[in-house]
Amino acid sequence: MKKYTDKGKKDTRSGFGAGLYEAGKADANVVALTADLKGSLKMEAFADAFPERYYECGIAEANMVGAAAGLAIGGKIPFVGSFAEFVTGRVYDQIRMEVCYGETNVKIASSHAGITLGEDGATHQTMEDIALMRALPNMVVINPCDWTQTKNATIAAAKYDGPVYLRFGRPKVADFMPDEPFEIGKAYVLNEGKDVTIFATGHMVWEALQAAEALEAEGICAEVIDIATIKPLDTEAVIASAVKTGAVVVAEEHNMAGGLGELIAGVLASTCPKPIEYVNGKDQFGQSGTPAELLAAYGMDAAHIAEAAKKVMERK
Amino acid sequence: MQSAADLKKTASQVRRDIIRMVTKAKSGHPGGSMSCTDFLTALYFNVMEHDPATWTRDSKGQDAFILSAGHLTPVYYSLLSRSGYFPVAEMATFRKFGTRLQGHPSVEKGLPGIVQTSGSLGQGLSAAIGIALAKKLDNDNHTVYTMLGDGESEEGQIWEGAMFAAHHQVDNLIAMTDRNHQQIDGTTEGVAGLGDLKAKWEAFGWDVIEADGHDMDIVLDAFAKAKAKEGQGKPIMIIFNTEMGHGVDFMAGTHKWHGNAPSEEQCATAMAQLEETLGDF
Repeated sequence: MKKYTDKGKKDTRSGFGAGLYEAGKADANVVALTADLKGSLKMEAFADAFPERYYECGIAEANMVGAAAGLAIGGKIPFVGSFAEFVTGRVYDQIRMEVCYGETNVKIASSHAGITLGEDGATHQTMEDIALMRALPNMVVINPCDWTQTKNATIAAAKYDGPVYLRFGRPKVADFMPDEPFEIGKAYVLNEGKDVTIFATGHMVWEALQAAEALEAEGICAEVIDIATIKPLDTEAVIASAVKTGAVVVAEEHNMAGGLGELIAGVLASTCPKPIEYVNGKDQFGQSGTPAELLAAYGMDAAHIAEAAKKVMERK
Repeated sequence: MQSAADLKKTASQVRRDIIRMVTKAKSGHPGGSMSCTDFLTALYFNVMEHDPATWTRDSKGQDAFILSAGHLTPVYYSLLSRSGYFPVAEMATFRKFGTRLQGHPSVEKGLPGIVQTSGSLGQGLSAAIGIALAKKLDNDNHTVYTMLGDGESEEGQIWEGAMFAAHHQVDNLIAMTDRNHQQIDGTTEGVAGLGDLKAKWEAFGWDVIEADGHDMDIVLDAFAKAKAKEGQGKPIMIIFNTEMGHGVDFMAGTHKWHGNAPSEEQCATAMAQLEETLGDF
């Protein structure tokens, strides 16, 4: 299979910080707001370079989203940054009213998403944010997989005219994607296979590649597709791969309800039904622990993906 | 720019529009629309620098207004159409299927003059702050106005915005509170006492002016005082003391007309109390 090399472990939130700085350098209309999490969101480079375009909002996320909508009405391209839970669930109504129905060009920068936030525990480990953001008309949902893709997705989000939900994480993970412009709405085929398709998003993409390597050793040729844009979904690519391999695994660091798994299942059910296995969180909250411990315990790692692939192939 | 005498006449027509729209739609919010009619008429026909002919949503080169208390569309749509943003006749479509005059202000429907969607309470101040910040970045020396209901001020986001605007010295922002002391479930003091609203805003770092919201001379004076305070490092709040349902005897001073439509008969009674000055739609 195609080889992907880890260029060195980096956190995707730093990829966001790098992309935000690049976007700010390229376009003087880019502005950034945070709710007392500048450091956690790696927004220092932007804030230091463009202090007049950076707004510290304090721990007041509702006003932050509303003020961003106003800045967008005034022609600016605002990025609002906080932890995933506090820029989705806490401000769902503000995003629905001011950003999506209000048609404002606001970018929601959502860090520390998923269970890999780790030791802070379930209060901060949102596993429901994709469901919330997917449900909103006008919202684009992007969940990049590594530092490089997050940087490029951030730059692409700034150029896109409309609301974007950009989801990334806390831990340092493999950085393996080529440094190329990000295409919103495109599914990236990372490895071509014939026996089973693994659709993965976010941190699960690297896990999927590791699983594919393990499967290859057992003579199974897995196709790995990075669903970096969850909405709009690249349905053409999803259907084509599912038809080709006839068996599907969907891997995401998100709960079942409203996640990528349900989304792909819905697309395939109405076009070309195929057996599916899900690697995701179930109907439960997480707990404190290291990212690796949590991913293993809650069934979201390379081992679980490989196991799901073998299981789903039996149902072909 | 209308004089105080002309503004009174315009306000009478606006009240007629409010009641006739709500009666035709058999739904809507007349009471609160009528408490803020006088000072918002002054805003649109005297105070605000705006030009419907060249208006764009970003309000560049003009003053901007956001109706935070989004349910008060009857007064808002009357002011916008009477100012020339869209045909007066379109008021007949208020709340009807397919209309641009949605129950609450909608950007999606493209009604000219609507800067931002509103209706979920407590959000307009934040949006107004954002537009004011954009104007500062663009060196656009115009004012952003927003109006809050007093009941709406129970929302926490209002006070998040209050702190932010003071901290960031958003001094090209003039907010207004329609202090009519009524909300859906009763009086503001009975539902969730607001206490000394003026002291609260002052404690949050705002310049606060309190004025009668129905006497046109006093209203214009309050706006002049507010304008004079711009650019001095503080956001500005005008608390207009008003009466819910003002202008029609059976609707005045009660929360009962917050979200209820008059019957045809009640509408006729109300029309007899309000002079038709600009021609009904």
